[in-house]
Amino acid sequence: MPVEIPKDKWNGQVRVVTLGATADQGGTRTSTVTVGGETTMPFMHFEGEIPHRPVIALEIKDRRPDDWSSLLLDLWSDKADDPAVWAKAAEEAGADLIQLSLSLTNADGNPTTPEAAVDAVKKVLAATGLPLLVFGPGQADVDNELLVAVAEATKGERLVLGICEDKNYRTIVATAMANDHLVIARCPMDVNLSKQLNILISDMGLPLDRVLMDPTTGALGYGIEYGFSVMERLRMAALQGDAMTQLPMIVTPGFEAWKTKESKVGVDVPESWGDWEQRAINWETITAVALLESGADILVLRHPESLKRVRAAIEDLMTAPETV
Amino acid sequence: MALSGIQIYKMLPQTNCKDCGYPTCLAFAMKLAAKQVELDLCPHVSEESKAQLAESATPPQRLITLKANGNEVKAGNEVVLFRHEKTYYNMPGLFVRIKDDLLADAIKEKVAAADTYSTNYVGIDLVLDGFAVEAVSGSSASFSAAVAAVRAASKKPVILIAQDAGVMAEGLKVLDGEAPLIFGAGAENWEAMADLATQYKAPLTVTGNTLDELADLVEKVKGKGIEDIVLAPATRSLHGELTTRVLIWRLAIKKNFRSLGYPVISVAGDAGDPAKEMVSAAQAISKYAGFVVIDSFAPDFVYPLIVLRQNIYTDPQKPIQVQPGLYEINNPKPTDPVLVTTNFSITYFSVANEIEGSGLPAWLLVADAEGMSVLTAWAAGKFDAERIAKSVKAFDVASKATNRTIVLPGHVAVLSGELEEELPDWNVRVGPREAVDIPAFMKQAMT
Repeated sequence: MPVEIPKDKWNGQVRVVTLGATADQGGTRTSTVTVGGETTMPFMHFEGEIPHRPVIALEIKDRRPDDWSSLLLDLWSDKADDPAVWAKAAEEAGADLIQLSLSLTNADGNPTTPEAAVDAVKKVLAATGLPLLVFGPGQADVDNELLVAVAEATKGERLVLGICEDKNYRTIVATAMANDHLVIARCPMDVNLSKQLNILISDMGLPLDRVLMDPTTGALGYGIEYGFSVMERLRMAALQGDAMTQLPMIVTPGFEAWKTKESKVGVDVPESWGDWEQRAINWETITAVALLESGADILVLRHPESLKRVRAAIEDLMTAPETV
Repeated sequence: MALSGIQIYKMLPQTNCKDCGYPTCLAFAMKLAAKQVELDLCPHVSEESKAQLAESATPPQRLITLKANGNEVKAGNEVVLFRHEKTYYNMPGLFVRIKDDLLADAIKEKVAAADTYSTNYVGIDLVLDGFAVEAVSGSSASFSAAVAAVRAASKKPVILIAQDAGVMAEGLKVLDGEAPLIFGAGAENWEAMADLATQYKAPLTVTGNTLDELADLVEKVKGKGIEDIVLAPATRSLHGELTTRVLIWRLAIKKNFRSLGYPVISVAGDAGDPAKEMVSAAQAISKYAGFVVIDSFAPDFVYPLIVLRQNIYTDPQKPIQVQPGLYEINNPKPTDPVLVTTNFSITYFSVANEIEGSGLPAWLLVADAEGMSVLTAWAAGKFDAERIAKSVKAFDVASKATNRTIVLPGHVAVLSGELEEELPDWNVRVGPREAVDIPAFMKQAMT
């Protein structure tokens, strides 16, 4: 009995966004990364185009972090003491991109200065040819101070500056516009708030092909279902033609998964949680895979083993089935 | 396909006789369309209309229930492709596979461990659903011995996997009266397997390489009188499984295509190594499997999967909330501090578990933030100084915690100034951002 394949017809398309710039393009990257362009829901190759595969960034910091799981710190060992060495190691581990997260303070507890932030970014740019995402420490005034300095010192690189939120986006968007960089628009798991922030950023004059959106997610067990559904809704809206949702999605399952108790703590936990290291890797991998299936274009991870597993999943899912 | 009230009305006698208890046939039709009454209430409806209406009331995806000794696993009966469109109803059953070339003692050990596995997540005890016994030895005696060993170690539902109907029959004899899922019928053996399914009144899986093959074989099996069917597409890659299940659900739910209107089973254990198996099982849970068969049974493997299943099958229409109020943890005295958080259940349980684990007494004030987490509620204006102060007054916290020290979650440190204004006679402190850091904070800062 020939079964008629039911195809969903979409008329929208996710924008194509390119991260990083080579020497010809005004930067110093040896390669660039392009995401987006989908005309169908995740991996439905039989009814639309998925021209660019989802990519994986590994997150590093400008100095050895104080609050990361010891599993990660032991793994990266002394590489975590130098962002240049760490970036190189992340590239060797198979990352498509590097996310450099700036710390609020230096090792002595004094505030990170703009000079130090620029220095760390330049070191990483020199150590790896991959495109770079630079995140501020997450406090509006500090983010603005550090990211403006970084943006100005790296004009033309098409870095991704994170993050813009509804209460703090103007300074970062302005410096991205002036210095040829990209931004991330982050909203707390809400379709309408996401659209609104994208409109505000667009109204400032930044072309939308230089904006990624982060719908915010929870880790497995900590609200992942909200992120999962908001991403599916955002992607459906994009495919239905809503221009303000047609941005590639970036999510940070590494950050989310590694702050959970399941990943952070190895002692005094229930026996039913099993081996600590395996559990932590599984936690990050499953969080990432669930978000991949709901529409993520860029996944930021922390553990190379999770990267390997998620990479294998992406390669499999990017193959179009021969028969259905 | 569900009929509208008007479509149903056309099939009713249209006499407004009121024998059904409703004033008009139209009113009754509307109640039928809303599935609030049964057609039996109308004594005058024609046999033809009855048949048509029964057909329209059949769910697009058949509900399959596996039972054993009072344990039950349901799959099917889903009505939407995406959980945000309504909700998913029946969580996929997780079955641990046991191959019959294992020694009886090894089987008992593995089954006993999986059978008693239980983990507490946000106040709910999560468990595995049953076992799949597979004939790989080729020997009927080994298969029936393995089935017996599994049944001796667990009372949970069972799936029997065998290619050879003769071997399958021996396994079924061991479980006589139970109706396990027979896995199953393929192009070669389907007649013999269908006979066994009839004989044991058991549900049957149907395998095919393509949707065409699957639908063909379903119709053949239905022709033998089998109603309880589970689809077992033969594809093993992530992309093949995803596409196949998406299309099966679409055809059933959106097109009312009866030949594929059944739940799907996924054998994640066939993916290869445990790392791939984990990803395959995670995809099966988040994307459209009704039963998932896993080989690996290590707690660090099962725990994340079982939590993922709980998360994806949470009803998005009802945020999971706990009752706002003042909770006592570790028998607090009036001199102990008050920690404040929101009534999102994941937030509440994370915080409450950590305070409990610290061994230190505290009051936990759960403010009504409409079931949102701290950051989400704060961004949405549902968790601000005014609301917190209101909760302090509403639950008469000052009379119980007379020391008047209140600790804010670190994520909303910005609220401390406003809260000091709202609660002038309180000492407002800022705690850690993440629950996991609460014990260290309490030990250092609160004692």
